[in-house]
Amino acid sequence: MTDVTEPVTAAERPERPEHHVDAPLAPPSATTGLLEVFRRRYLLRLLIRREISARYQGSFLGLLWSYINPLTQFFIYYFVMGVLFQLHKNVPVFAIHMFCGIIIVHFFNETFNAGTRSIVRNKALVQKMALPREMFPVASMLVSGYHVVPQLVIMVIACVILGWTPTFAGAVALLLALLIIATVGTAMALLFSAANVYFRDVSNVGQILTNFVRFGVPMIYPYTMVQDRFGSAAEYYLYNPVACAVLLFQKAFWVGTTDDPAQTAAEHLPSDLWAYSVLALLVGVALLCFAQLVFSRLENKIPERL
Amino acid sequence: MSGSESIVVDQVTKSFTLRYHRTFKQMTVAALRRQEISNSFKALDDVSFVIEQGESIGLMGLNGSGKSTLLKLINGVMRPDGGQVLTRGRIAGLIATGAGFHPQLTGRENIYLNAAVLGMSEAETRRKFDDIAEFAELGKFLDSPVGHYSSGMSSRLGFAIAIHVDSDIFLADEVLAVGDKPFKQKCLAKMQEVRDGGRTLVYVSHAAGSVRKMCDRVIVLEQGRVGFDGEVNEGIKYVKYDSGDDGQENEDEELGADI
Repeated sequence: MTDVTEPVTAAERPERPEHHVDAPLAPPSATTGLLEVFRRRYLLRLLIRREISARYQGSFLGLLWSYINPLTQFFIYYFVMGVLFQLHKNVPVFAIHMFCGIIIVHFFNETFNAGTRSIVRNKALVQKMALPREMFPVASMLVSGYHVVPQLVIMVIACVILGWTPTFAGAVALLLALLIIATVGTAMALLFSAANVYFRDVSNVGQILTNFVRFGVPMIYPYTMVQDRFGSAAEYYLYNPVACAVLLFQKAFWVGTTDDPAQTAAEHLPSDLWAYSVLALLVGVALLCFAQLVFSRLENKIPERL
Repeated sequence: MSGSESIVVDQVTKSFTLRYHRTFKQMTVAALRRQEISNSFKALDDVSFVIEQGESIGLMGLNGSGKSTLLKLINGVMRPDGGQVLTRGRIAGLIATGAGFHPQLTGRENIYLNAAVLGMSEAETRRKFDDIAEFAELGKFLDSPVGHYSSGMSSRLGFAIAIHVDSDIFLADEVLAVGDKPFKQKCLAKMQEVRDGGRTLVYVSHAAGSVRKMCDRVIVLEQGRVGFDGEVNEGIKYVKYDSGDDGQENEDEELGADI
């Protein structure tokens, strides 16, 4: 039996050097919350990298899937709505009109779905290490946002070919749309990720909601149609922040590809889109605060309920 | 002027809920029959103690007496239901024989991720990377997914990371339960280094010998309460007495495994 050191009793133990810590006494779990997430950017970056590699773990095409998926959606909708229902006759450049919707809807749904599962999927870390748990839904949002970039590149190329020129208002609209989705998406992801720990049913509810989102925005049909059918009630349709974001995207890209942009904008976009968009962003921020509040309440019991 | 306490546990209570019936159907049936739907038990019940800086504490108790729960409260994974836990400085350590690893990530990636969670910067991790890798002795497995590691390998990696973090408090929960003998000795030596450096150490173990060697105070938990808090040998005697074990016979089993 080889001992590492000779057993010594406490009395003859040599005096240890002083290791005095000046940090204040604090609860070890105090630093959570969204702000803390952005203070620990290095950790966030590592989690994002992990998330990207984990999403396509063991798949041959890997990252390509995040383009194949929206692309197939695009063709299905284009064929069914455009060719079969002959919608592209009423809507100029129907393909771009739809693509605007697909990018936004995909961004939102990915954020929402991946975010909902994020905490459960990162069980191993959540149960054993102290870190702000908001990290996981936020990382999901940023990963989904990262996937938007190449889609935007495709969009810009297609639009330029169709004779589109960038405008300042368009750029603002684009930014606003992405901000709306980022805030609303993160808020929903926060809420659902915590709830999903308690009841796994929540991820099923999420699936249903993503279906609603897909058809609740002017993607496969133009906004004009909503106005025609609902009249003044169409205003309530615009309270949906995702629909707002899609319209903003259409303002940024689709309008510019039509023959007469001013005419298209006047005909197909709501006149007070800016007001509704700012409202949507405010709603997003409010929702985010609310989600953070709920998350903090639920968070206490997360490690034991996983 | 800051005080000298390192960990303050003040009247801490933590209860867990046991759920008997989880699905809607089961809950309804149980409610109709007036059975209990859920039931909670106190994993920690009014636990209080203060650990000074530089102390090394042996935390002992039977399985299920609340040791791991207490460590989780100290390292901040969980929050107490009542009372408060206060700590000073950076905390590193292992809980329940392993760190939080991602099974799909390689050992190398996990080192970076784990170190980042513990609060190390990228540069700091890079500086210590070789030490960590060397200590874990994983060789070529460093670049294969941690999910494929044996339990001994992953706990070796976990220990290697935790011990190399510049922490002020080191928590070691049954670290030595899975490692092989040479590694256990290496860990003990490293932990003694930590202790002799003046850092606060909380060491959970069932092995009386190593507790005697490492610690200068023992806290014994009994069903969520502090059963004993004081001198090492008395504490060990207290545990042995209560567990009704065969007493002093296997005392020289310095590195003993779980009882």
